[in-house]
Amino acid sequence: MLSPLILLSAVINGLMTGAVYALVALGLTLIYGVLHIINFAHGALLSAALFAAFLAWQKLGLDPYIAAFALAPLFFALGYALQRFVIGPASHADDRNMLLVTLGLAVLIENGLLYEFHADTRTVELAYGFKSIDLGFTFVAVSRLISFVAVFAVALVLWLIMTLTDTGKAIRAVAREKLGAELSGIEVAHIYAVTFGLGTACVAIAACLLIPNYYANPSAGNAFVLIAFTIVVLGGMGSVPGALIGGLVIGVVESLGGFFFGESLGQVGIFLIFIVVLLVRPRGLFGASA
Amino acid sequence: MKAFVPIAVVVAMLATVPAFLHSNVVLNFLVVTLMIALAGQGWNILGGYGGQYSFGHAAFFGTGAYVTAILQMRYGVNAWLGFAAGIAAGAVIGAIVGGLAFRAGLRSSYFALVTLAFAEVLRILASVAPITGAGVGILLKLDLGTRSFQFQSRAIFYLVILALVAVALVIARLLERSRFGAWLIAVRENEDAAMALGVDAFAVKLGAMIISAAITAAAGCFYVQYFLFIDAGIGYGSWISIEALLTPIIGGTGTVFGALLGALVVKSLGEGAKLITGDIPGLDLMIYGAVLILVIRFAPRGLVGAVTDAYDYLRPAAQKRAVEAAHG
Repeated sequence: MLSPLILLSAVINGLMTGAVYALVALGLTLIYGVLHIINFAHGALLSAALFAAFLAWQKLGLDPYIAAFALAPLFFALGYALQRFVIGPASHADDRNMLLVTLGLAVLIENGLLYEFHADTRTVELAYGFKSIDLGFTFVAVSRLISFVAVFAVALVLWLIMTLTDTGKAIRAVAREKLGAELSGIEVAHIYAVTFGLGTACVAIAACLLIPNYYANPSAGNAFVLIAFTIVVLGGMGSVPGALIGGLVIGVVESLGGFFFGESLGQVGIFLIFIVVLLVRPRGLFGASA
Repeated sequence: MKAFVPIAVVVAMLATVPAFLHSNVVLNFLVVTLMIALAGQGWNILGGYGGQYSFGHAAFFGTGAYVTAILQMRYGVNAWLGFAAGIAAGAVIGAIVGGLAFRAGLRSSYFALVTLAFAEVLRILASVAPITGAGVGILLKLDLGTRSFQFQSRAIFYLVILALVAVALVIARLLERSRFGAWLIAVRENEDAAMALGVDAFAVKLGAMIISAAITAAAGCFYVQYFLFIDAGIGYGSWISIEALLTPIIGGTGTVFGALLGALVVKSLGEGAKLITGDIPGLDLMIYGAVLILVIRFAPRGLVGAVTDAYDYLRPAAQKRAVEAAHG
């Protein structure tokens, strides 16, 4: 018999994983909300960030949670530069070109990592890596609990940036009405790049939260980004609360699906949700009408 | 007939290659290049002429390959029949994916995503289902002979894939000259305007998707006959989705020769890099990614577009000189 406690522990497990999914999806949805394109380089950037977090630990002895404070601004700058100097100029203001350029970047980054680091998998070993808290019926790893809390802290910071700062207001203005924003003196190319930078910074933080339990590998990010696509579609493209809730939902679905049907079929479940939502309600569950 | 002369000339020239090139390495390279050109031409029908950018053409390539292999190995079907069935199966998957995606009105980013998702679902299913050999894949029995579609000589395989590419080139040319092709291009340029003029955009896109899927599936069927092996990572892996879109975009989308030219350029670059630095994994794809970005940045209409632009730019000057010369 299935005990409800086992189910509950699967749900808690799913929520912990889902939080990190949500952070990856948050970056993706932010970029979609403003630039109206899907950033196919998101997964490759996540792989790159995982390697950055790994190298920071290996070469500099930095704890991943501390490295996050350095990698977030670094990846913000990287994302800013990519959008400002590569994606923007190369796409000639055409959506389809933008998709292709981000795909080209994904191929370039992923295989650049493969070229440099080969296909080996690298892990970070931390003193507290195996510490966990006893909830009575299940154990929760401390590192996963930290990431759960950190994700909501990052979401809060993003929300504050969006509502309180002038740049945040400009981002929202561009998302709402690009031409109008441009006419009132907002430099759209700059705002696009800032948004892309913020999305990339989310990925860097997600990588630092992941690396204690996960590994760095040239294609490690892809597993997450396909899930992040699903979350973004489920939560509604461009919707921040949608990404958070969608992330948690998908985390639980994957955990329960894996529990009942085995690992790889649990993944198929996610894709089926993805396809069904795309076909039936492409606006997502929380998305505003297009 | 005049419209088909360039195709006949190019194919005839390529057909003479095995007469003076006997190196198996070079022939193998050309066979793979033409196979990618075929997959790319499939993408070009939907993406180039129809403006619907699929990121998951692996779904059709893999289906063609698996159906050809499964029918032969599990049901003892003749290889040629298996080949034809593989193409038909690819077309069916195209009809299903296209029917669902276009009925739901998915465009641009959404269409790219849903095609990618279908390819991924098929990849995961193929890597667990017993009929596809799960993680091990399917190995075809070596059985040389025309009846079993297996040839000792690379030159014959080369001529087979060249014939398939020739058919795909003719299909593109026929499309350009047909009413259906005009509708398809109208949908690409402005779907709403085309619909206002009475074009059934759904039917046109679906038709293009089916032709596109069938051509790319043919490349997959050929892959299996040539390499005698298929697994989920090869059949449904993202590499083929990327190469199928890369070749026409680099060569020139919506042109007859774009995919062929793109495949020749892209594959030569990849092989060239391997010759210089040795076979380091990732290097060729790294170059593809960089070339894709550079071409979109500096030659958004691909190499065919860049050549026509250069020609148009130079021609008036030449005419001017001719006129001046005539007047002394």
